[in-house]
Amino acid sequence: MSVDAKTVSRVAHLARIALPEGEVARMQGEINAMLGFVEQLNEVDVEGVEPMTSVMPMVMKKRADLVTDGGIAAQIVQNAPQSEDDYFMVPKVVE
Amino acid sequence: MTDLTTLTLTEARDGLKAKAFSATELAQAHVAAIEAARVLNAYVLETPEIALKQAEVSDARLAKGEGGRLEGLPLGIKDLYCTAGTRTTACSNILRTFVPTYESTVTSQLWRDGAVMLGKLNNDEFAMGSSNETSAFGPVINPWRRADSNVSVGAAGVEGTHLVPGGSSGGSSSAVAAHLCLAATATDTGGSIRQPAAFTGTVGIKPTYGRCSRWGIVAFASSLDQAGPIGKTVRDCAVMLRSMSGHDPKDTTSVDIAVPDYEKAIGRSVKGMKIGIPKEYRLDGMPAEIEKLWADGIAWLKAAGAEIVDISLPHTRYALPAYYIVAPAEASSNLARYDGVRYGLREQGRDIAEMYEKTRAAGFGREVQRRIMIGTYVLSAGYYDAYYLRAQKVRTLIKKDFEDVFAAGIHAILTPATPSAAFGIGEKGSADPVEMYLNDIFTVTVNMAGLPGIAVPAGLDPQGLPLGLQLIGRPFDEETLFSLSEVIEQAAGRFAVQQRWWAGA
Repeated sequence: MSVDAKTVSRVAHLARIALPEGEVARMQGEINAMLGFVEQLNEVDVEGVEPMTSVMPMVMKKRADLVTDGGIAAQIVQNAPQSEDDYFMVPKVVE
Repeated sequence: MTDLTTLTLTEARDGLKAKAFSATELAQAHVAAIEAARVLNAYVLETPEIALKQAEVSDARLAKGEGGRLEGLPLGIKDLYCTAGTRTTACSNILRTFVPTYESTVTSQLWRDGAVMLGKLNNDEFAMGSSNETSAFGPVINPWRRADSNVSVGAAGVEGTHLVPGGSSGGSSSAVAAHLCLAATATDTGGSIRQPAAFTGTVGIKPTYGRCSRWGIVAFASSLDQAGPIGKTVRDCAVMLRSMSGHDPKDTTSVDIAVPDYEKAIGRSVKGMKIGIPKEYRLDGMPAEIEKLWADGIAWLKAAGAEIVDISLPHTRYALPAYYIVAPAEASSNLARYDGVRYGLREQGRDIAEMYEKTRAAGFGREVQRRIMIGTYVLSAGYYDAYYLRAQKVRTLIKKDFEDVFAAGIHAILTPATPSAAFGIGEKGSADPVEMYLNDIFTVTVNMAGLPGIAVPAGLDPQGLPLGLQLIGRPFDEETLFSLSEVIEQAAGRFAVQQRWWAGA
């Protein structure tokens, strides 16, 4: 399988990465090189094989349903590009 | 006094205990070595004030006959590990100014045991690379040079065809090889500890998935990522791994199994152990020096009493293509968090969607963008089954290959660590990304199966560059790997850089 330029632009939008028109062809070539490389997986007979979900067999651990952290709003927004009164500031989303 | 930076971690530990020198002297020697080695670009942030302050505390403890297992020992920390109050960037522009308010579990355990932080080490951006060339801080230079090399330090920095230190933990491998720290932390998703170790004559171990907590380490591909050390010797790595390992309630994939004293495994007899030699790792056109390296390794282990068994791991060749579906898929999901809202870079846009798109285009480098795109594509509607689901099924088969040979009594598997020695900066992957990805052909299977793997230097290529062997072990049997790799280390000798050509000749 390979991707066309339109698909590359659509995937870039899905991934929320601005991809200038002039960069599409290069990215398309690189993605197609990768897709060509992984094509060989089609040779493998995977009939009846379970997909891996956990690399080490282990029971999912559950912790007690307790509050273990909190009250650190100032720390949480400390690295925000823009914040006000312990809120993250973003461009207007809803009119 | 001898140059303290050339000591191994365990020699330095014993020297501190014997009061042959102080932790402050040890830290100062390393701080000076780092300053003189800036052209290598191994450190992206030097923290001499922290190092000297920690060393002072260590000296006070040591004077009272106290101190932890790593008391006063100066380390370098890969810039993927969050360090509270110290900038942590994953060597990406999107995190260029990020200062964590918390400490990764693994580094907190190092400080608990008394270690000293020299600074943050360069790596491929978000650990995506095999040469350290994708770092937003620029490439790292390997302290090793080819025998007839024209590499030297000139007015504009390092001149000539210099070599990559491997990746993604290229700052870690370069710093350890150049004596800019006694040992370093690293991470391994497809070979990022073992390949750089092999390229620099150092030792690196990726432990079993779940052995070390991933909490506070910048995520790349969560089902493959694992922390581990790079050190000068097998023993040093054993000491480091003991402090780095252990259960952490904050990482649900970290395993609640007691951490052994790995150092006790050094020198343990390997007599009667069954060592598998997988025929699928014998590639067409494999260079003669790699063939010889492997044969030497087999001979050394045999001489130590191990039994050599030919084995087959039939799905080996599918590990790398399956990896390049699974890893980008997980990366595209993990890196969705970099949205210009909670932390990191923000580029302004007309609306929030444009803000996201511009931020991520400006903040991520080419390699990272490509992997996010591939991951997004293979997870997108209509392609999920054909790519991602199939890759996860292949992964099950790869793991079963290993389970079958271990069930048949194999204790560990011996392979080359890399298909070649270190290559020159800019030599690989510029036209076709797959060329660079082939570097990880021997290491990536281990991540896909979650197993422990160690790279240990075992010889030199015709250009005088170090080559490594890899040992792959049963889950949570790192001890056997330490015992076996020390046999190789004893037989092959250590490989240290002979000349500090970078330090202003």
